[in-house]
Amino acid sequence: MTLAHPRPYQQPRDTHPPLDFAGYKSTGLRAPTQRPILVPQRLTEVTGPLLVGEIGPNDHDLTRQHDAEPLGQRITVSGRVLDSDGRPVPDTLVEVWQANAAGRYAHKRDNWPAPLDPNFSGGGRVVTNSKGEYSFTTIKPGAYPWGNHHNAWRPAHIHFSLFGRAFTQRLVTQMYFPDDPLFPFDPIFNSAPEGARGRMVSTFDMDATQPEWALAYRWDIVLRGREQTPFEEPHE
Amino acid sequence: MSEQLPLTPSQTVGPYLRLGLDWSKGADVVPPGTPGEIVIAGILYDGAGVPITDGLVETWQADPDGRFAHPDDPRGAVEPSVPGFLGFGRSCTDETGRWSIRTVLPGALPALDSDAEEAPHLDVSVFARGLLDRVVTRIYFADQPGNDTDPLLAAVPAERRATLVAEKVGEAEYRFDIHLQGDRETVFLQV
Repeated sequence: MTLAHPRPYQQPRDTHPPLDFAGYKSTGLRAPTQRPILVPQRLTEVTGPLLVGEIGPNDHDLTRQHDAEPLGQRITVSGRVLDSDGRPVPDTLVEVWQANAAGRYAHKRDNWPAPLDPNFSGGGRVVTNSKGEYSFTTIKPGAYPWGNHHNAWRPAHIHFSLFGRAFTQRLVTQMYFPDDPLFPFDPIFNSAPEGARGRMVSTFDMDATQPEWALAYRWDIVLRGREQTPFEEPHE
Repeated sequence: MSEQLPLTPSQTVGPYLRLGLDWSKGADVVPPGTPGEIVIAGILYDGAGVPITDGLVETWQADPDGRFAHPDDPRGAVEPSVPGFLGFGRSCTDETGRWSIRTVLPGALPALDSDAEEAPHLDVSVFARGLLDRVVTRIYFADQPGNDTDPLLAAVPAERRATLVAEKVGEAEYRFDIHLQGDRETVFLQV
C-alpha cells in the first residue's frame, strides 16, 4: 500500500525542561535514566483525540461553581492556542486547575495551614473557538509553600492541559503571573531553559479588564507545528 | 521557511492533578458492556519500586479495524466500528499506584514509511509529580500477531522490548506495569 505520509510534527528544541532536574527533588526517583528512543511519527502519533467531552455550564467560570462566590481577586484569563506555524488550533479542549486565593488546593493531600474556600473547587474546562481563542473566569491563585527545600514557595500559577490535534502535540504546563518575586527561587519555573521561561508568564491586559468586575490576564499557548519540508517516501 | 513561533514549555502536573484531569468516565475508551471489551491495567512505579499514587496514564489507539476518526489519517477519517469508541482513555493512579482502562483491542496499521505493518498497539502518555514533561511509551499485546515484524519494536534493543508488551492475565484482562526508573525501566519514546 502506498499512502501519502502525513507531515510529522517538529521536534521541540530549547523549550522543555530536562526530566532530571536536580533542583526539583521529586525528579530523583521519577525521571527515566535511559534516553528515550527517537521513533518516526506514524498514524497513531499524527492523529489524536479530538474530543471535547462533556462541558458543564459553569466549567468556564470557576467563580460560579458553588452557591456563593469564592474569595479572592476575580480575573479573566484569555488567549489563543496556536501551533508553531502560527495556525490557530480550533475546537480543542483546554483544562485548568489551581489553588484558591490563599494558596490552598481543594485536595485531600494539601494540608498546609491556609484556609480552604467552600466556594472554590479550582477545576475548569473550556474549548477553543474557531480562531483558537479561549477564555475563562476565576480568582487569582495564591502562592504556597512546598517541601522541596527550606522555605520553598511556588509562585502563583494555573495548571493548563492541552491536546491540540495530534498525540504529538499534547502539552501540560503552568501559567504564571507577571513580575512574581518568587520566580528566581522556584526550581519548577527555572527548570525550563532560560530563554523559554518568559513564555509561561501571562501579561496583564488592561483592555480586557471589565469595569467594576474583573482584572484580566492574557496568555497564548504554542503547540508543536508541522515539519516544513514534506516527508520523502523511502520506498517508491 | 516562515517565521516559527517559539513553543510553550512543559511543566509538571504536580500532586493535585486530579482537580483538573480526573474524569468520571475517563477510563472508558468504550462503554461498559461493549462486545470484546478488555481491561488493561498496571502499576506505575518509581525508581525505588514504590507505586506512584499521584500519576496519570493516558492512552490513544485505533479502533478494531485499525482506523482513526481523524482527518490527518491519509486513508481518510472513519467513524469507529464500535459504538461509543473514543480512542482515548485516561486513568489517574489510585492509592496503590494502579491505573486501568476499559477498551477493545486495536487493529494493525500500515506503517506508511515501509511495507511493514504495525502490530496492534496503544500510544501512552505518563504524567506525574516529579515529571517535568510527559513520558511516552507504547503498549503491545503478547498474544497478538505481528510483534515480531513491528517496525517500532524492531528499533528497540531486544532485551528491553518486553517492557512494551502487555501480558494477558485473565479472560479479558492485560497487565502493563510502568517503571519510570530502575532495572526494569520501561522503554520511553521520543515521538
